[in-house]
Amino acid sequence: MARHTLSVLVQDQPGVLARISALFSRRAYNIESLAVGPTETPDVSRMTIVVDVDDQALEQITKQLNKLINVLKIVEMDDSTAIGRELMLIKMRGDDSHRAAIMQHVEVFRGRIVDVSGEAVTIEVTGSRDKLEAFVAALAPYGIKEIVQSGVVALARGGRAIGDRAVRG
Amino acid sequence: MAQGRKTDVSDPHKEGKTVMSEKITGAQSLVRSLEQVEAEVVFGIPGGAILPAYDPLMDSKSVRHILVRHEQGGGHAAQGYAAATGRVGVCMATSGPGATNLVTPIADAHMDSVPLVAITGQVSSAAIGSDAFQEADIRGITMPITKHNYLITNADDIPRAIKEAFHLASTGRPGPVLVDISKDALQNETTFDWPAFVDMPGYKPTTKPHARQIKEAARMIVEAKRPVLYVGGGVIRAGANKELRALADLTGIPVVTTLMARGAFPDSHPQHMGMPGMHGSVGAVGALQQSDLLITLGARFDDRVTGKLSSFAPRASVIHIDIDPAEIGKNRVADIPIVADVREALIQLVPAVTAEFDAGNRADLTPWWKTLNNLRETYPVGYDLPTDGTLSPQLVIERLGKIVGPDAIYTSGVGQHQMWAAQFIGYENPNTWINSGGLGTMGYAIPAAMGAKVGCPDKAVWAVDGDGCFQMTNQELATCTINDIPIKVALINNSSLGMVRQWQTLFYNERYSNTDLHSHSFPDFVKLADAYGCLGLRVTEADEIDKAIEKAMETNDVPVVIDFRVHRDAMVWPMVAAGMSNDEIQFARDLAPKWEREEA
Repeated sequence: MARHTLSVLVQDQPGVLARISALFSRRAYNIESLAVGPTETPDVSRMTIVVDVDDQALEQITKQLNKLINVLKIVEMDDSTAIGRELMLIKMRGDDSHRAAIMQHVEVFRGRIVDVSGEAVTIEVTGSRDKLEAFVAALAPYGIKEIVQSGVVALARGGRAIGDRAVRG
Repeated sequence: MAQGRKTDVSDPHKEGKTVMSEKITGAQSLVRSLEQVEAEVVFGIPGGAILPAYDPLMDSKSVRHILVRHEQGGGHAAQGYAAATGRVGVCMATSGPGATNLVTPIADAHMDSVPLVAITGQVSSAAIGSDAFQEADIRGITMPITKHNYLITNADDIPRAIKEAFHLASTGRPGPVLVDISKDALQNETTFDWPAFVDMPGYKPTTKPHARQIKEAARMIVEAKRPVLYVGGGVIRAGANKELRALADLTGIPVVTTLMARGAFPDSHPQHMGMPGMHGSVGAVGALQQSDLLITLGARFDDRVTGKLSSFAPRASVIHIDIDPAEIGKNRVADIPIVADVREALIQLVPAVTAEFDAGNRADLTPWWKTLNNLRETYPVGYDLPTDGTLSPQLVIERLGKIVGPDAIYTSGVGQHQMWAAQFIGYENPNTWINSGGLGTMGYAIPAAMGAKVGCPDKAVWAVDGDGCFQMTNQELATCTINDIPIKVALINNSSLGMVRQWQTLFYNERYSNTDLHSHSFPDFVKLADAYGCLGLRVTEADEIDKAIEKAMETNDVPVVIDFRVHRDAMVWPMVAAGMSNDEIQFARDLAPKWEREEA
């Protein structure tokens, strides 16, 4: 088993997310994370799906996804040649005694304070999974109230784009 | 052709579209769309949400609607029609329960790659999601069992959806497509705008084989010492039987035809080793197990064929030709994968093999045939007659095949009678054996026979059915009588759920839990046939079999049901028990053949 990141271009039509998630559950493959959003092309969405499967299962997933009529293109994002990012928002107990220490960690991890109130600060941070895990570990002693985290979005390095040939058909 | 009908020829002044400026309803647009795709028959039942469609359907000159008695029957009838004719079958139902009753035929068509378009009414778009009366999310429900599906809530989208649905159902790997149309979309005004072409950038089935792979396959084929042509239902769907015959005749390689492929290659051909699988012939199973090369054509290494996968054909390399890339490597690794329409692949493979032969490359298959001939002579497919003088179900089915012959169409339900019909009738032509292979849907035979007879009215169509199956869908006999669809039913009545009973005999210490249907007592199938306006006959003695079948063949004004009251302890042999290796095949109870262990 190994973690694989798939970028999937889909026609932005009602039900497409359900088709994809249902396919994973029907074929008994676990999705570790899934992120969907619009792309540079109108009516085309991009899903970034992270799965933890062996190579044979990955091949089946790819082939089965390709059979979905609304799926336009699938590319596996290789960790060494792709940039993967997750977004995390963290709400910390923010009494004055800890605020300076928290600020310091935010700076080290290149996060941002996006909301401050009397009893809490909310921090935004992006990065790889490892970085976010390290950030959470660093902040944990100061009292984390709440975490929300996106799935991975990934893009290949270099000049080529995933949709170069996909959408023109 | 029918009035008011435009062919799909593009008009350059209108960007290739057939646009009619008159205002029509979505329902009228649906009927025109069905006329455009040349649907000739729809099997269905009206109801609230689909009602608007039924009004213009009444006026269509080219689309015939057959009112069935249950939507499941309508779905299977459309499947039977599709399987017999190779055209797209169409069924129609209303929202909610009408649509959910189509779920079984849709799932069946998905498993057996039957081109099917199901059209369902949906509650009005404003009510969708409100748990309205007769609302069911049929698009969501059928997502995993359709090739694709649509929910249409705008009347303008109907022609495109119908065009795409028929295109998807009939191209690539065929399958079911559902088009769910909300009631307001059927009622609203629209203009009829028939798209000139389908625009689906995510759907491009590969039909042409890779030339280098074909060459490589040809090389392997001529070098193999123990090759087998493992033929699946894809050969029938692709209409590739002639090309298969050409390859078999050219190479002299033995052929096995799976349950879905019976008829793809003539049973009478000396190279035909029979059907492989759980109830396959020892010759076919033995050929696969001892093979060094499986030339797999439109087959998918189904568990009923392979038995325990890890010991299936253990010494064989695999050439796998299939139009669905996801089937290749799914269950068995392919040494030469070829994604293509199997007919196109065979068209290229034959000259490629010829070229190898011409170059002097040809393995001697004589020792292989010696082994195989020995196997089939030692273990022919046969049966024992009951010792108590009661009727043998196998004898009934064998006589049916002999008397009716290979030009008829045979459908079946699921169970013992299905396996015996696959074993003993004898098929010479494709599309003459129509059954539920993948899903195993009891009740398939009667409605499928009805659909097949509608598609092929000049052929005799026999439903070989069991008493369990028959009681699931026999109400369609009313549809048959009323609409002049004279099918014939060979009811193999053993008064039980025979295959389940067989398993109870073999694996549950003869504890017959809930498999006794008492159908030698109730219902009286002859009276039931009579009540449906059919000719009902009963056969209890072997010497009455031929006469009853001949009487049925002479009767063409009404459907015929023959109640063959057969011995209930007859069992289907050979058998590979579920989950066991094919090497453990039993020719009869506790009687296993031994393979000749030839060294490669």
